[in-house]
Amino acid sequence: MTGEQTTNVTGDLATNQPEAPTRRERPVVSAASARKIGERDTMSLSDEVAKIQVNHLDLFYGADQALKDINLMIPEKRVTAFIGPSGCGKSTLLRCFNRMNDLVDICRIKGEIVMDGKNIYDRDVDVADLRRSVGMVFQKPNPFPKTIYENVAYGLRLQGVTSRRVLDEAVEKSLRAAALWDEVKDRLQDNAFGMSGGQQQRLVIARAIAIEPEVILLDEPASALDPISTLKIEELINELKQDYTIIIVTHNMQQAARVSDYTAFMYMGNLVEYGDTDSMFTNPKKKQTEDYITGRYG
Amino acid sequence: MGYTRQWFKSGTPWIWLNGGAVAFSMIMVAGLIGLIAVRGFGHFWPSDVALINLTNASGERSTLIGQLVRSQTVPAAVARDSGETVPDDIELVTRHLIKLGNRDQTGRDFAWYLELGMEPWQYPRDIMVVERREWGNFYGQPLALLREGTVVATPDAANFMTELQAAVTRSIELHEEIRRLERGAVGRINARLERLRLDGRRLELDEPPADVKAAELGRIAAARATLDDEYAVLRQELDVIYASTRRDTLQMRMADGNEVNISLAAIMRITEPNAMSVFGKSAQYVERLWEFLTDDPREANTEGGIFPAIFGTVTMVMVMSIIVTPFGILAAIYLREYAKQGTMTRIIRISVYNLAGVPSIVYGVFGLGFFVYYLGGSLDQLFYEAALPTPTFGTPGLFWASLTLALLTLPIVIVSTEEGLARIPSTIRQGSLALGATKSETLWKVVVPLATPAMMTGLILAIARAAGEVAPLMLVGVVKLAPALPIDATFPFLHLDRKIMHLGFHIYDVGFQSPNVEAARPLVYATALILVILIMVLNLAAISIRNHLRERYRSAGE
Repeated sequence: MTGEQTTNVTGDLATNQPEAPTRRERPVVSAASARKIGERDTMSLSDEVAKIQVNHLDLFYGADQALKDINLMIPEKRVTAFIGPSGCGKSTLLRCFNRMNDLVDICRIKGEIVMDGKNIYDRDVDVADLRRSVGMVFQKPNPFPKTIYENVAYGLRLQGVTSRRVLDEAVEKSLRAAALWDEVKDRLQDNAFGMSGGQQQRLVIARAIAIEPEVILLDEPASALDPISTLKIEELINELKQDYTIIIVTHNMQQAARVSDYTAFMYMGNLVEYGDTDSMFTNPKKKQTEDYITGRYG
Repeated sequence: MGYTRQWFKSGTPWIWLNGGAVAFSMIMVAGLIGLIAVRGFGHFWPSDVALINLTNASGERSTLIGQLVRSQTVPAAVARDSGETVPDDIELVTRHLIKLGNRDQTGRDFAWYLELGMEPWQYPRDIMVVERREWGNFYGQPLALLREGTVVATPDAANFMTELQAAVTRSIELHEEIRRLERGAVGRINARLERLRLDGRRLELDEPPADVKAAELGRIAAARATLDDEYAVLRQELDVIYASTRRDTLQMRMADGNEVNISLAAIMRITEPNAMSVFGKSAQYVERLWEFLTDDPREANTEGGIFPAIFGTVTMVMVMSIIVTPFGILAAIYLREYAKQGTMTRIIRISVYNLAGVPSIVYGVFGLGFFVYYLGGSLDQLFYEAALPTPTFGTPGLFWASLTLALLTLPIVIVSTEEGLARIPSTIRQGSLALGATKSETLWKVVVPLATPAMMTGLILAIARAAGEVAPLMLVGVVKLAPALPIDATFPFLHLDRKIMHLGFHIYDVGFQSPNVEAARPLVYATALILVILIMVLNLAAISIRNHLRERYRSAGE
């Protein structure tokens, strides 16, 4: 029953677009970006440029189906939040966008995820290239056992950048973008493990944006942090969405309401409801969504 | 009743039990170290030399000079059984083991004497202990110092001791000179002669055209003639020094009154323990301990030092580490990171773990059969044909000993490296992969550096195991007495084909294969303590490296 509803919900919003036109004329983008951040009354998915289009995505862990016929469109340079109870498949869906699920041997995928007109599950896609354009930040801060500088420079060094000047610039730019520069500029050569949890998480974000991805996936980025660090991360997300397409998975509904433009509610592997965040939280269309948002289950 | 139950419930008995187990272990370790330390290091103390007058059961008087080794009180019956005459009314007798020295004169170094019939012991200040290169210590009273047959000093002269020590120093210096020449110049000439011999042999085997062969033969003959000439010059030089060492002679009187002339060429050290202060003895103690650590062994390993054994042990462990570390780490990385986890990897893993339980002598047999005879024999056939039938690598040696130990310790390194890799959190790997790194980039740039402390732990365990191993080494390269160290100044500097000495085997050899049991006994303990200390030093070095690495990668594994 839910599956059918899901298709209807997203069908209106995304799959009606023939052949998933991922690039549209610019005016819409400029109109959207002209709006003030936080001002959401006029937002609607149909006005957005699609960055990623998910079509009929099924995902299986062995015999268990973890995602069931997911269809949705991720708008460019917006923050899209995935919410839902534990085990609903929101993290799994997130990991499909940079093919992290490939690391799980028993994982199988049907359907397609089209990014900029190209199915990322096509055979000729280089996974390393894909991950360079789709960065990811994990639940627990996971800096490398290296200096702060080398953590940020890691991705660039992988790409063969050796010029000290280029690296220095990129490190500073990324750390500034991650609102960390002022705190660490005097100890770039210190081990990253010496930083606080919140700093580490922002370092990881800096590391992700150093290689200039187009999309950033955030997998519960603030769940291991204290309220102040969480606030900093949320402010950072607001800053970053001017340049990047951001998808965030979160357990925290207030957080979703605060930071996201669009919210997808998932339940038991189904996409139940997807729409702009304000409507979703003030006037959910589905009973399940309402129950979850009001805390009746989940 | 209630109280007891409560006491049991509180868990206190468990704490006592566990604490007791720790205390017991500590006492065992401390006792072990303490015993070997006391037994071994007491040996180097220059104890007083006693002059003992005694009358035996048949009324014959005699005099002894010697150092007390130990005393024991035994039932009279035991003494009677061992051939002593003890009066019937005595039930317990005390007997003393005296080191008499003068082995060349009397034929025995140590002897037991009953306390019955002994007059009070005297410690005359003029008794000398002469440590000789051969035949062990000589105890006696000095009569005169002779130079080319004429007396130059007598004990009543004030400068006798200075004269004597100066003469001893001179003789030792000459001896050093001889050793330097023989080891250095003569050794080099011999090495070159050997190379020429091999060149000649190769010529016979290769059968080149007649003119080439003739030219080559001519070159060899010429070179050999030059070397022979060089050798003759050296020989003359050595002869002069040898003659010079025989200049001085020390005339001594033994306990029985006989007079003996000892050439100073044969003397290592002369001391008068009875005339020495505690400080003098302490200095003497340190000197002798140092000599033990830095000298070559003498007299079938019952005297002198153990330096070649220390050196051999360390070299072998180093070579082993160099072999086992890369192999073990690469194998572990493949097993953990690349191999598909399934039945096959499980079988391999179980086999590797079980290899650690194979008795070490089995590795020795394998090393002898496969490494020495098969691999070494093949190497000789391929590269050292000219030297045959004398084997180069087809005989036990340093390389084969190290390789056998590397095989023996491989499971240890593999297991700890695998455990270290398994402990690296998956989020770190994913973090790297998410930045577009490939699997191997992630492995070498992030995972392996994080696992280095675990690899070091494996190496530490391997070193501890290898340094103490004896059984397999007896088959694959360790000998009682090695003529040369495995590292020296002649090319190729590290001689992997040479046989080596090893502390563990040295203990066994000195303890059980020695012709002079009493003299060897303290050396067994001393060598054992050195072995323990050496292993501790090797371990501490490795542990400090590991802690340094841990500090660098702190908290990553948590």
